Amino acid sequence: MKNTFIGSPVERREDLRFLRGRGTYVDDLAPENLLHAVILRSSVAHGRITSIDASAALQVPGVHSVITAKDMPGGPPIIPMRLQPLPEFKPFEQPVIAHTKLRYVGEPIAVVLASSIAIGEDALEKIAVEIEPIPAVANWEVAARNQSLLFEEPGTNRSLVFHARKGDADAVFRDAPYTRRERLRTGRHYGLTMEPRGVMAEWDAGSGKLIVSGAAKVPFFNRRILAKQIGLPEDAIEMVENDVGGGYGARGEFYSEDFLIPFAARQVNRPVKWIEDRRENLMAMNHARESEADIEIACARDGTILGLRGEVHTDMGAYMRTNGAVGARNVAQFLAGPYRVPHVSIDSSLWMTNKTPVGTYRGPGRFEANFFLERLLDIVADDLGVDRVDLRRRNLVSSSEMPYAIASVQPTDAKDEYDSGDYRAALERCLTEFRWDDKAKLQGALIDGRYHGLAVVCFIEGGAAGPKETARLAVNEDGTISLYMGTSSVGQGVETVFAQIAADALEIPMDRIRHVYHGSTTYVSDGYGAYHSRSTVMGGSAVLDAAANFQAAIRDAGAKRLGCDPSAIGIAEDKFTGPGGNSLPLAELAGLSAEGAFLNKRHTYSYGAHAAHVTVDAKLGQVQIVDYLVVQDVGRAVNPLMLRGQVIGSLVQGLGGAMLEHLQYDEQGQFLTGSLADYLLPTATDFPNVRCIVLEDHPSPINPLGAKGAGEGGIIAAGGAMANAVANALRSFGAQPRQLPLTPTYLWELVQAGQREAAE
Amino acid sequence: MSVQFTVNGKAAAVDVEARMTLADCLRQHLRLTGTHLGCEHGVCGACTVIVDGAAMRSCLMLAVQAEGSEVVTVEGLSNDAELTPLQTAFRKHHALQCGFCTPGIITTAHALLSEEPYCDADRIREVLSGNLCRCTGYVSIIDAVLEAREAYQNADGGAR
Repeated sequence: MKNTFIGSPVERREDLRFLRGRGTYVDDLAPENLLHAVILRSSVAHGRITSIDASAALQVPGVHSVITAKDMPGGPPIIPMRLQPLPEFKPFEQPVIAHTKLRYVGEPIAVVLASSIAIGEDALEKIAVEIEPIPAVANWEVAARNQSLLFEEPGTNRSLVFHARKGDADAVFRDAPYTRRERLRTGRHYGLTMEPRGVMAEWDAGSGKLIVSGAAKVPFFNRRILAKQIGLPEDAIEMVENDVGGGYGARGEFYSEDFLIPFAARQVNRPVKWIEDRRENLMAMNHARESEADIEIACARDGTILGLRGEVHTDMGAYMRTNGAVGARNVAQFLAGPYRVPHVSIDSSLWMTNKTPVGTYRGPGRFEANFFLERLLDIVADDLGVDRVDLRRRNLVSSSEMPYAIASVQPTDAKDEYDSGDYRAALERCLTEFRWDDKAKLQGALIDGRYHGLAVVCFIEGGAAGPKETARLAVNEDGTISLYMGTSSVGQGVETVFAQIAADALEIPMDRIRHVYHGSTTYVSDGYGAYHSRSTVMGGSAVLDAAANFQAAIRDAGAKRLGCDPSAIGIAEDKFTGPGGNSLPLAELAGLSAEGAFLNKRHTYSYGAHAAHVTVDAKLGQVQIVDYLVVQDVGRAVNPLMLRGQVIGSLVQGLGGAMLEHLQYDEQGQFLTGSLADYLLPTATDFPNVRCIVLEDHPSPINPLGAKGAGEGGIIAAGGAMANAVANALRSFGAQPRQLPLTPTYLWELVQAGQREAAE
Repeated sequence: MSVQFTVNGKAAAVDVEARMTLADCLRQHLRLTGTHLGCEHGVCGACTVIVDGAAMRSCLMLAVQAEGSEVVTVEGLSNDAELTPLQTAFRKHHALQCGFCTPGIITTAHALLSEEPYCDADRIREVLSGNLCRCTGYVSIIDAVLEAREAYQNADGGAR
């Protein structure tokens, strides 16, 4: 039997439980004797704790205990960085709970354990915390003055500068026939998940075993951190991944609560559960994206890009969190996007401010970089009188240049190259499907009170982070097969994708793969998780290796049972077969298991183009999308139905970041957007006219599936496409959007400024 | 306070604090954990249940306010044997990913289609604009609800 599950729009197995309300998310767990944790968080941005008095809180009936930094001998543990763990960042890492100093609104100060959340919250109000305020650092420009310091020891608010370099940019700029310099900014927003975070810990004092539920994304790595912090061997800790209500890069990194809740459970020797509420989530989960670029481009008169140089400044918030440096690094390395830029020099500074710390959000640094560069390219096209599409055609990296080396980054010594593809073909497909030539005639037109604007932009998406992923296949008692994965689910549907791949590799029906287990630390020897669009490529390739080992194990075991040569053994549904029509039930091999792995040091780069057609009401600054198309070549789509879900889903997230989502602070570092009425997410009525086309024209040469990571292509170019489309709509006002989000207020101000200028 | 109401066709009697929400009561006392809490301030719609035929945010309603009401949760719109037409359409169109907002969207869509089985895409978008989904971008959800309409329609043009 030759299967073709790979490439088919197979309906998801996860859906059967989710659609019936039968998923099990961490808040659905309610063991006997459970205590609920609630967390007192800082209400000031910057200050010194002079005293904490919890005595009144302890008097509230139903309150069990209150935990502060004082309960941690040797002081609160520090959360180490997972990605780019450079020694320079050490002084800026976050303690699990505030000890002496408070550095952002939302920083944990105390944990109350109570018989219910409501009682715990009653008690929070009775904890008296005295704080001596310190002047707040509310943005990177204030941070750069280094007057008020978040950390005294390093003596600066700048934790690092990444240097992205290729060629000799300064030499090119000296002789360039044309240059243009712009300051552009992206707003602060984040990978809000619909399910807030949660942790439940159960400590068994007898066996010395700790079970932590609510794990996500990188459970194996987080177990290593927790084991060290809490003083247990790794194998005494089991991280359990339940159903996870969205990840987007933000969920599943090691946060304060990932220590505090297990610590509390061990202290009181009872199960303890903490479920984040939405207000906490907005001020505690990793923020992202707030970045300002002061960049310059050099071109020939025909629009050929000669070089890029400049500075990027990222507002890091108060601490260097586990993956906090990724965005600032990526924005420097990928500023050139899919374009041929021979000379690059970008310095990307990481500034500490009194805000919620940042981490990755889907398309980290890439969303920002795409906005910066694509905005600049449209401005260049107007300056030079070059068609904006031709400008892109001229500069896209061609397939004959693959693999194409991009800027390397110091001090991490990160070198990278684009693996494969025909970027120009994807752009042309996008233009054709979008009917660009017809629609471009509408550029700037005023029809029925609305101005029309169009834009097309190109992008690349990195994926498939190494170094390794693991998978294991095992025969169950009933002769079905279980698949155990080292990657995690954050809701993207990996159970289905991995079952498709395994069934094809083993040439058996998909329903013979009874379960796909993932995420928890008990299933495989090691796992690397779900980030950097890596699950399908890395996990899927590991499944292929596991399947080959599993088939070999079955052939060996089957040959002994049937007394034949191993090469004569096959698997057919619920049997293994030998020569002469002999067969035995697979159940006879119950317990047989084989592990496989995929090792990889290179990255996949999927790519494509976004085209947007918008109308703008210049009196209201209000934008509507008439048509929006994403074309993305993903190498190989294991499940086209789900892949479209990734593209459209990530696109609408990107449109949220481009148009709506904005985490705001005042000058004192006070957080202003603490509810979903203040922090606006896309709703069903906001962006109805969006579509996508998925191409499989250029499989990746670096993995056996030919797949490329493809969960982020929709989000990456949304800001650039929308800003350019709006700029083109408002061209008669001379409006040039230089920041995101494109709120009605901001666009109205641009129109007003344009009208004032015209009048003068 | 004691409160009695019907949940998914079965009588329920619970003793709750006056301040307990219907959502917490369903989840904690009745262990109906299909109803999810995404914001607890009435914006995200994940906790939507059907109370006396109308879609309601169970985080904005106190349990005691449900006295004498008929409450239907996502569990009450499901059966073991097979997916309902609405659920089948959601699966076919990949109208869910992480599944967290899904119960609230299923209940909202069911309440809508029960009342307005001939509603158009704009109407579906308008009604579902009170349910936040972070994964799908909504396109597939609208397609699924459009497809499911037929199961709610009668030959005479009314609701089944």
